[in-house]
Amino acid sequence: MQEQIPIIKLEDFLLVSIQVDMHDRLALQLQDDLTAKITEVNARGVLIDISALEVVDSFIGRVIGNISAMARVLDARTVVVGMQPAVAITLVELGLTLEGVHSALNVSRGMALLRRSREEQ
Amino acid sequence: MPKSLLPELLKKDRAEILADWMKEQLVAGGMRADLINEQELREQSNDFLQRFVQAVQSDDLTDIRSAAWTPVLELLGELSRARGRLGFSPAETAMFVFSLKQPVLTRLRTALGNDATRLFEDVATITQLLDKLGLYTTEVHQQTREDVIGRQQMEMLELSTPVVKLWDGILALPLIGTLDSSRTNVVMESLLQQIVHTESEIAIIDITGVPTVDTLVAQHLLKTVAAARLMGADCIISGIRPQIAQTMVHLGVDLTSVATKASLAEALRLAMTRCGFRVVRNDAAAQK
Repeated sequence: MQEQIPIIKLEDFLLVSIQVDMHDRLALQLQDDLTAKITEVNARGVLIDISALEVVDSFIGRVIGNISAMARVLDARTVVVGMQPAVAITLVELGLTLEGVHSALNVSRGMALLRRSREEQ
Repeated sequence: MPKSLLPELLKKDRAEILADWMKEQLVAGGMRADLINEQELREQSNDFLQRFVQAVQSDDLTDIRSAAWTPVLELLGELSRARGRLGFSPAETAMFVFSLKQPVLTRLRTALGNDATRLFEDVATITQLLDKLGLYTTEVHQQTREDVIGRQQMEMLELSTPVVKLWDGILALPLIGTLDSSRTNVVMESLLQQIVHTESEIAIIDITGVPTVDTLVAQHLLKTVAAARLMGADCIISGIRPQIAQTMVHLGVDLTSVATKASLAEALRLAMTRCGFRVVRNDAAAQK
């Protein structure tokens, strides 16, 4: 059976929790699935929980940035939550500061951020 | 070459040599009455002489790194470290060994006064031997000092990067001293760890104690800010002195992406506003 990262719909938002080691193919598949799902359910926000992600490379970092940009084109905000310090340091050292991606410390803060930005729209 | 007289002589006259050596030490510069008393010195000298005589019996009178000399080196190392801690100078510690020369040389002259060749051989041997031992104490002394310096550097690294919680959700990082790459990494890691630990939304980086800010330091700061932002926390940089503000502009450092405040108080005020806190002065209490 093929590995897949589940996407959960909650109200107008989509929740993704990455609990496994990300490899390149999985990341690209997530990108496909997520963009498809956003159009399917007309989602207004995406929350990606990466608190279980211990290692990250430049490819995964770029995919996260791309997902966020694609979601914005489809009129959905992306919030990345729970990034580990080591991952943050790695991304900065790689020069990937993920401009345009919102981030929050934990899921509840992330949800609050999404709700706020939706009200502002 | 005739056999050296040293092993036999040292064994036979040990007590007299010790007595002479003690006299020598008490008048020489090596004696620090303020740091060590005569009783202790006598015990140390006796210990050393005992092991020294033992080692000399091995007939290996040139190589102090050989197994026979290990007990002597152990004792000297310990002695040198202890004296270093007490505040003896390396020269004073070395004098402890060097002052043994005179008593031994006197004995040699009495015993071999008529045989110039043997006398010269033994004098050369004992001089070289004691020189090596004396230098060894200096080496240990220096090593001890270097260990202390290394430990202090580590402590400074730890001490100078405390992350303080100012309020619920607000952290402060008062930076003191020059920022280099290794320190910035320590600072960055401890700040990010604390952000996760306390779930803080805002971190104030106070650079009042940083003497100079060049492009490298500014880059380190911006990296820290970027990493915190990735985790979902905002940073405020405070404590920028006028001089540093001028330097930064001249260097072309771009800090527009970060909130900056002149003082920590101003930064705290901004942080509290952002977190939705309001500070109200209690007039009734203030009048007392």
